Amino acid sequence: MSLLEVRDLTTVFRTGRGEVTAVEDISFDLAEGEVLGIVGESGSGKSVTALTIMGLLPRPTARIRSGAIRFGGEDLTRLPESRMQRIRGPGIAMVFQEPMTSLNPVFSIGDQIMETIRAHEPLSPRAAFSRAVAMLEKVGIASAATRMADYPHQLSGGQRQRVMLAIALVCRPRVLIADEPTTALDVTIQAQILDLLLDLRDELGMAIILITHNMGVIAETADRVLVMYAGRIAEEAPVAGLFDAPLHPYTNGLLECVPSLTEDRARLVAIPGTLPEAHRRPPGCRYAPRCPLAAADCGHGLPPLRALVPGHRAACLRIAPS
Amino acid sequence: MGRIVIRRLASALPIMAIVSVITFAMIHLIPGDPAVAIAGLSATAEQLETIRRDLGLDQPVLTQLWRWYANVLRGDLGRSLLLGQPVVQVMTQRLQVTLALSAYALVLTLLLGLTAGIVAALRQNTWIDQAAMVFAMIGISLPNFWLGLLMIILFAVDLRWLPTGGYIPLTADPLGWLATSTMPAVSLALLQAGLLARITRSTMLEVLRQDYIRTARAKGLPNRVVVMKHALANALIPIVTVLGIIVSLLISGSVVTETLFSIPGVGQLLTQAVLNRDYPMVQGGLLMTTALLVLVNIAVEVCYALLDPRVRTDGS
Repeated sequence: MSLLEVRDLTTVFRTGRGEVTAVEDISFDLAEGEVLGIVGESGSGKSVTALTIMGLLPRPTARIRSGAIRFGGEDLTRLPESRMQRIRGPGIAMVFQEPMTSLNPVFSIGDQIMETIRAHEPLSPRAAFSRAVAMLEKVGIASAATRMADYPHQLSGGQRQRVMLAIALVCRPRVLIADEPTTALDVTIQAQILDLLLDLRDELGMAIILITHNMGVIAETADRVLVMYAGRIAEEAPVAGLFDAPLHPYTNGLLECVPSLTEDRARLVAIPGTLPEAHRRPPGCRYAPRCPLAAADCGHGLPPLRALVPGHRAACLRIAPS
Repeated sequence: MGRIVIRRLASALPIMAIVSVITFAMIHLIPGDPAVAIAGLSATAEQLETIRRDLGLDQPVLTQLWRWYANVLRGDLGRSLLLGQPVVQVMTQRLQVTLALSAYALVLTLLLGLTAGIVAALRQNTWIDQAAMVFAMIGISLPNFWLGLLMIILFAVDLRWLPTGGYIPLTADPLGWLATSTMPAVSLALLQAGLLARITRSTMLEVLRQDYIRTARAKGLPNRVVVMKHALANALIPIVTVLGIIVSLLISGSVVTETLFSIPGVGQLLTQAVLNRDYPMVQGGLLMTTALLVLVNIAVEVCYALLDPRVRTDGS
């Protein structure tokens, strides 16, 4: 029984050129305690997927055209906003990419953590305070009780991301969506935050959806991976399977782009071409124009996502099931 | 916090010094002989001499400046030629009227402007937004004396709900004060409310796009808290800047409104003083009005510090 089930989810944005599809026919499951990585280039639909699950799509520009998001026996796509507010926080929480701007500059961090608690639980101010302090300590903020009165501008980027984590985790969510939580941070801080995420996953027993474009982060933290390309899932696999035997040519391309210290390469490898814009997608396989394996039939119809190896799905006509 | 107040007050001193020199110099900037300008061409030599002596114009300029400063620091701004009373005393009486009216107009401005701006921002590009902005535009475009005249015709002459003019002090009769102040306050407030509504709308739209608003929603906070706490607290920072200007405009805008509704405020007082060449009154009135506006700006700066912790910590 999955904790979260996403089925055939399609999210569209209204633009000057008509409706464009940001996320198309996405389906995946998230098990209790699992870390699911979602990788892809900027614009591949990773963040829109996350915002769709959270019910935080910009209105009225974006809407869910079809599909279901099942969580705790309910379909989140059909819930009224008031019910959704009670799920955000204790049910599903989210950490964002931009720690520098994601905290409100005019309220103290203590206030921002405590209001999260008190929005969901009838706690006294004193109880909320000690719970917030405990959470700050858990995310590694030293002398947490005195830092409660600090304002975001008094904190470094890494500390702010820790505070964001504290806000997200203080109501003990069952699912945490982390949208590029370390992209804006120094490499050393990145590693600390990722370690912290995994520790807290073990301690609090939550599942994590980790969105990133960094294959290294995926390799270190995820149990299972979704590779997204131009709004669709290109490949889904356990992390070992993906790195050892990638099926989709796009995943292959991504992995070849990761620079290696042991190999002697004259220059960095890149996938030729660019991600097609949402309103200029090719007919057929979205990746075909950049794909080294592309043949004539790749231009006709979208390739279905097939389980080519047990537990390992890919959407490519050129790969034969083994 | 106290440090910020002290620093702002200190920085107001040079401004007041400059303004006091300018108001002092006014009487020397009158074309020709100030005594003739005051008394008129038909004045006798004796009358001119009396005026010169009363105003100290027979003394060297530096002595006059020294006297002016010595008197200003003692709180003595001279006597009104027209009313024969001390300028400070007249101004204090009239300021109460103008400030009460301005405060009333400010409350109306805030209620109308903030509400319209916030609602328009939350309902961006809907008919509500457009209607609010059309009303704001009308408020900004209509001259307030014309609006005042229309209101007098409708509410005082035709419907007879309110008096056409006059003033009853708030302390004497609160209901009478409301009756005499409402039309002037509305005519003062509509322009400013239009201005405030537009600024509030654009700042709120800007703030609502920020990442921390998304964070607030992601925490599961109700929409009301997201807008009225997280968004408004940030939007108020630029809004307060405009409010400082609005208060200045309300006080200076009272010149026309007070004349129109025959309200004995500072605006009317100074208009009369200028028309009657009551130079001590004009000098003293300007100095006190300027001091008031400088205080308003200090209040704005203090509000910044109250609203924005980044300003607060810079000061300590």
